[in-house]
Amino acid sequence: MSVSAPDIAAKPARGFRPDLKTIGPLVALALLILLGITLNENFLSYNNITNVLARSSFIGIIAIGATFVITSGGLDLSVGSMAAVIAGVMIMVMNWLIPSFGIGWSVILAGMAAGILIGGAAGIGNGLMITRGRIEAFIVTLGTMGIFRSLVTFLADGGTLSLNFQVADVYRPVYYDGLLGIPYPILVFALVAIGGEIVMRRTSFGRHCAAIGSNEQVARYSSINVDNVRLITYILQGILVGVAVLLYVPRLGSASSTTGVLWELEAIAAVIIGGTTLKGGYGRVWGTVVGVVILGLIGNILNLQSFISPYLNGAFQGVIIILAVLLQRGGRRD
Amino acid sequence: MVDAQETSVAPILSAHRVSKSFGEIPVLFSIDFDVRPGEVHAIIGENGAGKSTLIKILSGIEQPTSGSIAFDGQTVELPPDGKAEAMGIVLIHQELNLAEHLTVADSIFLGRELKRFGFLDTGEMRRRARAVMETLHVSVDPDARINTLSVADKQMVEIAKAISRDARVLIMDEPTAVLSVSETQTLFEQIKRLTARGVAVVFISHKLDEIMELANRVTVLRDGQLIATVGTQALTPDSIAQMMVGRELSNLYPPKHEPNVDAPVVLRVRNLDAATVKNISFDLRKGEILGFAGLIGSGRTAVAEAVVGLAQKSAGEVTLNGEPVNFTRVAQSVDAGVAYMTKDRKGKGLLLNMGLRPNLTLLTLKNHLRAGFLDTSSEDRALERAVRRFDIRARDASVAVGRLSGGNQQKLMLGKTMESDPDIIIMDEPTRGIDVGTKQQIYHIIAALAAEGKAVIVISSELQEVIGLSHRVVVMRTGRIAGVLEGAEITEEEIMRYAAGIKQSGHDERISA
Ligand SMILES: Nc1ncnc2c1ncn2[C@@H]1O[C@H](COP(=O)(O)OP(=O)(O)OP(=O)(O)O)[C@@H](O)[C@H]1O
Ligand SMILES: [Mg+2]
Repeated sequence: MSVSAPDIAAKPARGFRPDLKTIGPLVALALLILLGITLNENFLSYNNITNVLARSSFIGIIAIGATFVITSGGLDLSVGSMAAVIAGVMIMVMNWLIPSFGIGWSVILAGMAAGILIGGAAGIGNGLMITRGRIEAFIVTLGTMGIFRSLVTFLADGGTLSLNFQVADVYRPVYYDGLLGIPYPILVFALVAIGGEIVMRRTSFGRHCAAIGSNEQVARYSSINVDNVRLITYILQGILVGVAVLLYVPRLGSASSTTGVLWELEAIAAVIIGGTTLKGGYGRVWGTVVGVVILGLIGNILNLQSFISPYLNGAFQGVIIILAVLLQRGGRRD
Repeated sequence: MVDAQETSVAPILSAHRVSKSFGEIPVLFSIDFDVRPGEVHAIIGENGAGKSTLIKILSGIEQPTSGSIAFDGQTVELPPDGKAEAMGIVLIHQELNLAEHLTVADSIFLGRELKRFGFLDTGEMRRRARAVMETLHVSVDPDARINTLSVADKQMVEIAKAISRDARVLIMDEPTAVLSVSETQTLFEQIKRLTARGVAVVFISHKLDEIMELANRVTVLRDGQLIATVGTQALTPDSIAQMMVGRELSNLYPPKHEPNVDAPVVLRVRNLDAATVKNISFDLRKGEILGFAGLIGSGRTAVAEAVVGLAQKSAGEVTLNGEPVNFTRVAQSVDAGVAYMTKDRKGKGLLLNMGLRPNLTLLTLKNHLRAGFLDTSSEDRALERAVRRFDIRARDASVAVGRLSGGNQQKLMLGKTMESDPDIIIMDEPTRGIDVGTKQQIYHIIAALAAEGKAVIVISSELQEVIGLSHRVVVMRTGRIAGVLEGAEITEEEIMRYAAGIKQSGHDERISA
């Protein structure tokens, strides 16, 4: 039984057939949408859908970064606090630059640049401690999670950092406006998702991430620079947190110690629901996108109906996560 | 066929008309098999013939698709997941199956820990673990963690674990694939001791001389079919090999072409020191096959890893085509045309959860880029070529590599190494777990590589293989080069003399001889 080329191209690298594991998240999404439609006729309205997606896009962009980190066998718990610090510093930088730059886009662009830089720097910090310092990712990012969180509280002096009103007015369209009726956050999310999927599937970097997550020794013996690839995943994660915050700041125009709380868990949940394996070795970006949307829709549907308290949102998300992992395992056993 | 006296003993474990399919794919066809108390029954066959699958069925890990299993004369349904151990059916897997972070003592007593007053009796477990390891003449600390052991020691721990259980049927899937000659001999002594006590042993091996020595009966499988079950005394290694492959096997080793003593030295190693090896010097010429013999743990792998940059060198120099080189990462050595194929295919060679294609191209992904993106159709072509060249048999390319038969994994790894089109190839145990037919293929591939001007280092614990292939043989002992043999000196006795330390040469004058 030799292998022939068409055979190879037709099938995914893992699993035997497009089983529950592959299409599971899509089925769950379809069921949720059906449920939404039956509960409320406004569910599929333009307003509702763009609202859900725009709000999911922050977590979504972060979760795409997390997909790479997790696929290569790592973990980043610090993304939520990192987002808060980036938001805080961005606001401070913009407020501080107003006297020299005046009110306008130049201030905002400088703020954006600062946001991305800080994200990248935070990623470098996490990545270096993990790869060069040889400390467990869980420990490092648990540590930086605490550091970032207290840093933003310190910067805000225990209160709230607010963006100058006039600058906020200029910046606001970045969250609320869009192109051809699609809000910018959704557009950026889509671009990051497409880019991420291509990188994961069609570049050596993506292949190397999966190889490292699957077996670090094999990767090393196959001439992969394990430390560098790992480091890059954390930097990518940091930069994507920065991108998410760029879109988040114009929404509220402020940052406080509660900004971004639990985002890390939502991001990780989305990644897992999407079918990426938590211990690494296999990841898919499109799955993460589906996972993010599923999590967003659960909250939305609970808000659109009146039988179940929306306070149970977290419980439903939890159930979905556990179900997703159960399905994955079913698939693997074959 | 079999002695009347032997037949009079009722089998303890037997399979009747057992068939097995994975999904749509049939793997075993109506196999009859039995093993009697006190005998060693060997199963042989080509890679993928279904040997491992058959013994998984005999130990309850897989359920037969049809047919039945009888234990002690009773038809039984064996409990899955190794629980048949409680009935006395103990299996040693082909691929090592130890928890990497446990200690040796913990592993041996895993699942049946000794307790005192409800708490673990670690002292007693350690003492008994040491005792079992001593009967196997293995000197590993019961407190050592599994992940610090060599592959051979891991295998010995597996064996210790199995024989320390009260086995009535002991099933071993290629236990000797990673063992040296002397370790194999100790294992055989233990097996003989067990059979004398009435334990039934099922034994899989690709090494036909072992089969001739140990087994009472031999069952031959080919492509999932039962070819024959025969008493060993009626067999010769040749006739077994012929039954296995279904054709006559002549010339296991290709004819050696004359080594060209004037050929340029492509790899020169001088006074190399690394973690476990000291003062290593040797030359490798273009078109030459240089064997590395020695006991397991004598440092052959360490030399190779230090040369290609997988391990750190503490002193010495390496010259490649006259240029001094200092590889610190594998990528550099691969780029320079030096490839190393590991002997630990499960731990270091292959990504077991992935398909064939990503495994084949992992080392050489940059050859499959188009405008910076992976070109999967180019990868597919590479896979097609490798499948043809190395005769890799897989159900389809998407099957996780961990599910291929051991021999096909080995062939895939060889394909992966050769993808980088190296000029110097260092192969560490290249035929581990490979059937004779495929071995012959691989030997011919190695010889062809040398004939076309590549230089090959073959590290092997199979003396026959080293002797049959090499132009010169470096014998290592406890981290040093004990001697370099060539021409008529390359004999089993001579290699063993150096390997065991009975003979020692001032090799320095002869390294480039
Ligand atoms: N879990 C599985 N799922 C699908 N196919 C399998 C599975 N296990 C084994 N196979 C297939 O069954 C066939 C027989 O495999 P098996 O491992 O029994 O061979 P083997 O005789 O032990 O070979 P080797 O000498 O290489 O170890 C192979 O083609 C293999 O790919
Ligand atoms: Mg096998």
